[in-house]
Amino acid sequence: MVDVVDLSAPRQHPLRATLRRLMHHRLFLLGLFLFGIVAIVAMLAPIIAPLDPNKLAMRNKFRPPSADFVFGTDNFGRSLWSRVVWGAQLSMFIGFSVVVINAVFGTAIGAAAGYFRKLDNALMRVNDALMAFPAVLLAIAVTAVLGPSVNDVIIALGIVYTPRTARIVRSSVIVLREMEYVQAAVAAGAGHWRILRHHILPNAMAPLIVQLSFLFAYAVLTEATLSFLGVGAVPPTPTWGNIMAEGRQYMLDAPWIITIPGAALMITVLGLNLLGDGLRDVLDPRLRIQS
Amino acid sequence: MSLLEVRNLTTAFQTARGEITAMEDVSFDLNPGEILGIVGESGSGKSVTALTIMGLLPRPPARIASGSIRFGGQELTTLSEGRMQKLRGPGIAMVFQEPMTSLNPVFTIGDQIVETIRAHENLSNRALTARAIEMLEKVGIPSAATRMSDFPHQLSGGQRQRVMLAIALVCRPKLLIADEPTTALDVTIQAQILDLMMDLRDEFGMAIMIITHNMGVIAETADRVMVMYAGRVVEEAPVMRLFDHPMHPYTRGLLECVPAIGQDKERLVAIPGTLPEPANRPRGCRFAPRCAHAIADCSAGLPPLETLAPQHTAACFRAIELQSA
Amino acid sequence: MTTLIVRRLLSALPIMLIVSLITFAMIHLIPGDPAVAIAGLSATREQVENIRRDLGLDQPLMSQLWHWYANLLQGDLGRSLLLGQPVVKATMDRLPVTLALSAYALILTLAIGLTSGIVAALRQNTWIDQAAMVFAMIGISLPNFYLGLLMIILFAVELRWLPTGGYIPLMQDPIGWLATSTMPAFSLALLLAGLLARITRSTMLEVLRQDYIRTARAKGLPNRQVVMKHALANAMIPIVTVVGIIVSLLISGSVVTETLFSIPGIGQLLTQAVLNRDYPMVQGGLLITTGLLVLVNIGVDVCYALLDPRVRYDG
Repeated sequence: MVDVVDLSAPRQHPLRATLRRLMHHRLFLLGLFLFGIVAIVAMLAPIIAPLDPNKLAMRNKFRPPSADFVFGTDNFGRSLWSRVVWGAQLSMFIGFSVVVINAVFGTAIGAAAGYFRKLDNALMRVNDALMAFPAVLLAIAVTAVLGPSVNDVIIALGIVYTPRTARIVRSSVIVLREMEYVQAAVAAGAGHWRILRHHILPNAMAPLIVQLSFLFAYAVLTEATLSFLGVGAVPPTPTWGNIMAEGRQYMLDAPWIITIPGAALMITVLGLNLLGDGLRDVLDPRLRIQS
Repeated sequence: MSLLEVRNLTTAFQTARGEITAMEDVSFDLNPGEILGIVGESGSGKSVTALTIMGLLPRPPARIASGSIRFGGQELTTLSEGRMQKLRGPGIAMVFQEPMTSLNPVFTIGDQIVETIRAHENLSNRALTARAIEMLEKVGIPSAATRMSDFPHQLSGGQRQRVMLAIALVCRPKLLIADEPTTALDVTIQAQILDLMMDLRDEFGMAIMIITHNMGVIAETADRVMVMYAGRVVEEAPVMRLFDHPMHPYTRGLLECVPAIGQDKERLVAIPGTLPEPANRPRGCRFAPRCAHAIADCSAGLPPLETLAPQHTAACFRAIELQSA
Repeated sequence: MTTLIVRRLLSALPIMLIVSLITFAMIHLIPGDPAVAIAGLSATREQVENIRRDLGLDQPLMSQLWHWYANLLQGDLGRSLLLGQPVVKATMDRLPVTLALSAYALILTLAIGLTSGIVAALRQNTWIDQAAMVFAMIGISLPNFYLGLLMIILFAVELRWLPTGGYIPLMQDPIGWLATSTMPAFSLALLLAGLLARITRSTMLEVLRQDYIRTARAKGLPNRQVVMKHALANAMIPIVTVVGIIVSLLISGSVVTETLFSIPGIGQLLTQAVLNRDYPMVQGGLLITTGLLVLVNIGVDVCYALLDPRVRYDG
């Protein structure tokens, strides 16, 4: 009746079995499909959107979607297709960078705090303090300090979200540290580094991977929020948030300037959330929402 | 007339790999005031039998595939959920194996007893409280009035099982089903709870169906015993008769490994092998693969439950032959 | 209970100490000369020096830190460069607006999220369950400013049911407040309701499997009582902890919602402060908001203890 998962056993996931289960998870596949489309569009941006996203052409302004301009044009006559496609590239770049920052620093901080009891208190106090700030407020405050470039936004999002990742890694490490096979390795005289690398971190990967896929979604979403507020990458950088912020004034006459990048943003986030749900179902059944 | 008449009852579960029968063709009677022991390994279908009678199996996936349950002359298999709900408590009550998790952690024990009465009887608050305290005293909770406002986590396991008994009996049921009521408890507490159940039977006069895998518990309590294996009844007899003249090889196996009361729980090790999975039960006699006396014919068909002596039935092709041997 | 509250307040102290340190450090992390950054590129040398002196940036760091905490203890967080008024006053003026909007959105979130989560759990694997979960999934994937924009296009521009933005204080005109707050509150709540519905559903499913639910059924309680009393009382325990997270997300969400709907709350105040390099305002607003959030989380912990006697009695 109840799915009991033995927490005490180090759960190994032979890659092939995991992949097979993922390939049978329909919502995961849908997520992969949605996210895949956005990712491919982002990578192919120079080929499929050869028009400069920032090229002004006032005689073409406010063209609704048509054969000439698939997504129409904006108030400066810029091709919305080009802007949205290049915006996808920026979103992917920022999301991926934040994921990498989290994977590296979140794992390092979480592992250090979870494994070395002496560091735990100090690290987690700072960690908790950073998590106490409302995420978007902290992000805009950090961009206020650092500046309004794409790199600064990435750093801001890294500062906001890395503590959350660190906390997840830390809880896995604390559980794993007490496992018999780890204690056996300690008794056998293995060094800390070896124990962490070979015995603890591989088994802490599953929740981390799940977290990172959701994090990608948050990062994309928060970046769009920041640029929509005007505190992200400066216009005319074609981020989805910037396009929507500029389109706001014209939403009566040219609603497509808002609806199209908004839909792109939603598809990306939906895809990532479905991916995350699927990964959690397969990799980390303890957290499963479906029974 | 018997209080409970179960006839050819079969309960099936829908699973991902098709339908499986957790218990099949189970028939028995229970008279008012009588104690019937149902014994078997985990997975033998004894708990499913109890939950089917209580109407507590989630449907779907569970389904009564055939058979009838008559309780006090009333057919339960076709009874509406509303009527069934009225019957639980004053008609049939149940205590479970896990006293630690069977009480709701966020309500006081007083509340959990009182709400049981309130669901079935229209009483003033004062009368409800008085009834609840009286019941707590009857199950041996000291200073019952003050313990009413305790939460389950403030009680020991034995006390919690006493509270479970109080909840079950507070509406004076005609039948109490006790599913492994002592398995989770310490040895000394086990005996106390069993004694308490016997005393309460004498006081309230209800019939008891006690489910256990422990032959020692059966010997202490039951008037009559029904042995189940892999979803089917394999033997039924009055308790003395069964202990003296077991006719099914499985029952004999069980008796050879009777632990003293309270001895380790799932230790029916004297019989080699394990219970077959419901999805791939052997053809013919289901016990044959583990039976020391099995012959080729045993796999030919299901052995019918036959009356081999007065009040004594068993389902074994070789029962008579082995008896005389 | 009192000891619990005191203990939680005490444990929040180190967090708030670090939060205030981080906030203090912000201005010093500005690349280059903070005074120049604040004054802007077109400022004269004199203006830069004035700002430097006003903000005490010419003092040694330790002295600045000392003043920061000395003033903090007196409830003084400096003056807003943009508004010219004390940061604390500017924040407190805007706070009721944000609180009213957040409360409205929180009520909507709880009503929609809890109901759909419970119904989905009770009707597990039926079309109702699946529909609720599809909506929840779309809800958590829909950026709230996008939802807000779509709502403005539909309800304000096309249907003309509600104003596109603006704000009428609750105390001044409750109907007007409702008219101006409904779209912002819904655009905030739908996303969080999706989150809450998913968590409520999984928690309820977990609780409904517990032994004590079987006991409640076995003693003949009506189904409504089994679900609404026995199951819900236990499911609320983990759900309450989520409410703390939801409030944090509400505050985050209100930043963009207030800007979008021109609501003069803290979110708009801080966005304006960031855009105008009004660092004292950014620091102060951030610190006050975070402090409030820490208090909310203490409140959540207390509710948690109230709901769970095991926590309540053991300390």
